[in-house]
Amino acid sequence: MNAVSQLDQVKTGPWNGGRSPWSVEYGKIMMWFFLLSDAFTFSSLLIYYGAQRFSKLTWPAPDKVFQSIPGIAEHGAPLVFVGIMTFILIMSSVTMVLAVEAGHRRSKKEVIGWMIATIIGGFMFLGCQAIEWTHLHHDGFWWGHIPSAEELKHFFLKPEDVSLVASQQFANLFFTITGFHGFHVFSGVIINIIILIMTINGTFEKKGHYLMVEKVGLYWHFVDLVWVFVFTFFYLV
Amino acid sequence: MSEHTHTTEEHGHGDHAGLSKGKIWKVFGILLLITVIEFIIALVLIPKGYMTQHIGNYIYIALTLLKAFYIVAYFMHLKYEKLGLQLALTVSFIFIIYFIVLMLIEGGFLNIHMMNH
Repeated sequence: MNAVSQLDQVKTGPWNGGRSPWSVEYGKIMMWFFLLSDAFTFSSLLIYYGAQRFSKLTWPAPDKVFQSIPGIAEHGAPLVFVGIMTFILIMSSVTMVLAVEAGHRRSKKEVIGWMIATIIGGFMFLGCQAIEWTHLHHDGFWWGHIPSAEELKHFFLKPEDVSLVASQQFANLFFTITGFHGFHVFSGVIINIIILIMTINGTFEKKGHYLMVEKVGLYWHFVDLVWVFVFTFFYLV
Repeated sequence: MSEHTHTTEEHGHGDHAGLSKGKIWKVFGILLLITVIEFIIALVLIPKGYMTQHIGNYIYIALTLLKAFYIVAYFMHLKYEKLGLQLALTVSFIFIIYFIVLMLIEGGFLNIHMMNH
């Protein structure tokens, strides 16, 4: 008799069913897990880049490859342009958190404003990325293409350092990794636009919560997070 | 079903009151400051010879991980989630650490091999 009543007892622990054990909404957990898998993909790309660079005796010097500010200075300004790009992306991450914060207060107007700011930030970053790619392409770098050995001397610390293999690996990996990241930024902008339209239409107002903005926010911050690593390993190290 | 909507609602306001506007701008300030430090190292300290590139690289990686922490913990809100979710998302990176070690050993071997030829 006693045993039966114990079986009948309702279990209330977090993992006994009937509720979300992590108190996180389903879609948000799925976004986290997608980002985890995406982080693995980016890690693999960056680790391969690291292994290549580590195995070579010389490598193109970032300060020499990236030293122009489009429209202002052709030479002698290393890191400035990529610094602007980094600032834009961190800034758009901030406007995204502010959109999420406004969503918690269910302030539709503020969500719309911050989402627009985030989208503009995304487009600005993509524009900078396009300029950066064009510049490097004009220098002669592309998938499977590098400048001649004579021209390559400008991109290494010492003229005798020039390595064709290292230059080709650098070109391939630069365009692949920043391209894959840029593709993420692009899809992020598209998703942000969709969410903006849904917000304007009042979809989330009717639902009573702005959780969708949070999920998209997670993706957008992840894109920013990846850029932090790309920035370090391509431009600083 | 009613229970489910209840938990979603609860989650909607309860757990997420953590990040105020002031805190957001504070985190932004920290991220900006770290980036500025990286620029000072890259543009002043290393070119003028106060620091070698080798030591600089270690500092860059440490600062990058610090930035990553602030983005994930505050912007992505992981600091305010339950421990179970935090562990599920961070412990998995043990595989990445293993992969880094693996590829560095491989890269180091190739490097020695190239120097000998």
